[in-house]
Amino acid sequence: MAILEVKHIGKHFENTKVLEDVSFELEEGSALAIIGSSGSGKTTLLRCLNFLETPDSGTIAVKGNTLFDADRTKAENEKDIRTKRLHFGMVFQSFNLFPQYTALENVTLAERLLAKERPDFKQNKKAVLEKINAHGRELLAQMGLSEREGHYPHQLSGGQQQRVAIARALALKPDILCFDEPTSALDPELTGEVLKVIRSLAERKTTMIIVTHEMAFARDVADQVIFMDGGLIVEQGAPDNVINHPREERTRQFLARYTQG
Amino acid sequence: MLLNVTRTLMSGLATTFQIFIFTLVFSLPLGLLLAFGTISRCRPLRCLIQVVVWIIRGTPLMLQLIIIFYGPGLWLGHNIWSGGEAGRITATVVAFTINYACYFSVIFRGGIEGVPAGQREAGQVLGMTKSQIFFKVTLLQMIKRIVPPMSNEIITLVKDTALARTIAAQELTFAGYSFMKSAGLTWPLFYTGIFYLVFVGILTLLFNFIEKKLDYFR
Ligand SMILES: Nc1ncnc2c1ncn2[C@@H]1O[C@H](COP(=O)(O)OP(=O)(O)OP(=O)(O)O)[C@@H](O)[C@H]1O
Ligand SMILES: [Mg+2]
Repeated sequence: MAILEVKHIGKHFENTKVLEDVSFELEEGSALAIIGSSGSGKTTLLRCLNFLETPDSGTIAVKGNTLFDADRTKAENEKDIRTKRLHFGMVFQSFNLFPQYTALENVTLAERLLAKERPDFKQNKKAVLEKINAHGRELLAQMGLSEREGHYPHQLSGGQQQRVAIARALALKPDILCFDEPTSALDPELTGEVLKVIRSLAERKTTMIIVTHEMAFARDVADQVIFMDGGLIVEQGAPDNVINHPREERTRQFLARYTQG
Repeated sequence: MLLNVTRTLMSGLATTFQIFIFTLVFSLPLGLLLAFGTISRCRPLRCLIQVVVWIIRGTPLMLQLIIIFYGPGLWLGHNIWSGGEAGRITATVVAFTINYACYFSVIFRGGIEGVPAGQREAGQVLGMTKSQIFFKVTLLQMIKRIVPPMSNEIITLVKDTALARTIAAQELTFAGYSFMKSAGLTWPLFYTGIFYLVFVGILTLLFNFIEKKLDYFR
């Protein structure tokens, strides 16, 4: 069974329809790439999954549990939304690291706050915090940032910042990790290092949704590609089909811009 | 004579210092409340606060002080401020608190809105509560942003305390002026100036220290 089932998601802002009847499924351990021109609703879709926006219609289910159902619009308390959010991780285009914390503190902050809410935290404080720090260091090492754990975000390059942000998003072990154009804010020479760690996550079978403009990367790493236009899913399928042999005219036009250079 | 002047100025300084401290103690939290009000979703509340801020910032503090000190006595028939120096100082603190809370609220709002929305969103997707996001993510960034404008306002407050003289509170300037009135001496006025300069100098050092402390991040 699919780990994520998104059905008939719709969303509008004032007068503009941004998402229209968006449905897709994602298998555990697979990577989905979402491509599409500017304004097609890619970011909004990721924000809906992370409960940063509330869809007008549709349902979102993870592991068979319905997390969101627009027809059952009961006012939810903060605690419920928080637990639901933890199914998803989010990596932002602009990193959004916390500037006042070091790389390691950025990665461990959420875990430390959650630990504090546990009733047995006071007794085992030291051991718990040590374990969290060890986990944080492990994640930074996985991102190739062991030497940078004490650095503040402004002391890191964009590529390093984004890798810290990826480690931070992984810290709470989300079921599905979302990337919103993770390399768009980076100089071309820095995109490689970020794409490399995303690639390694794919090899470790991390379930991921990646919004990207890097077509070659999407083709290599994704198991499934979705092309969106005007809030609609125009075409979805295996990367080879969607990117190399698109059936739809709109997909072809979009991809032509990339192949022409 | 110098000793005599110094003693009088010191007692004026004590009054000035009281007005300064109490105004800060009350106007800082009140300003923060007003700031939350101006960004709340409740439109009537937002409008009300905006009108109040407009009136308070749009009229002289001296006028507000006179109205607050003399107004109640004329409207109610009896003075609500206890007689003597204590009542004058209380009235001054009330007027200053209202005035400075409005100025602070504008600075605080700028500080809150100056922290990019992405910071709050990053906290949200990590499952943090609203209060965790405020205290662990936004607060320090907000403080860093508001230290320079706040230090300006607070230094202005030191000098505004001299307005308490309008309602005959015996603060520092009142004390310095008294020697000119009684003995025609002008040098105590310059001496008074030195008191203010030292006061502001200490504050400036303090603010520089805070700015330095927050220099470790951007
Ligand atoms: N908060 C908002 N209020 C109003 N309109 C919005 C809001 N957020 C997004 N939109 C609109 O929704 C549409 C889709 O935006 P979205 O950011 O999801 O597109 P995108 O596919 O991520 O584009 P890009 O490739 O430029 O990042 C755009 O037309 C945008 O102007
Ligand atoms: Mg986008």
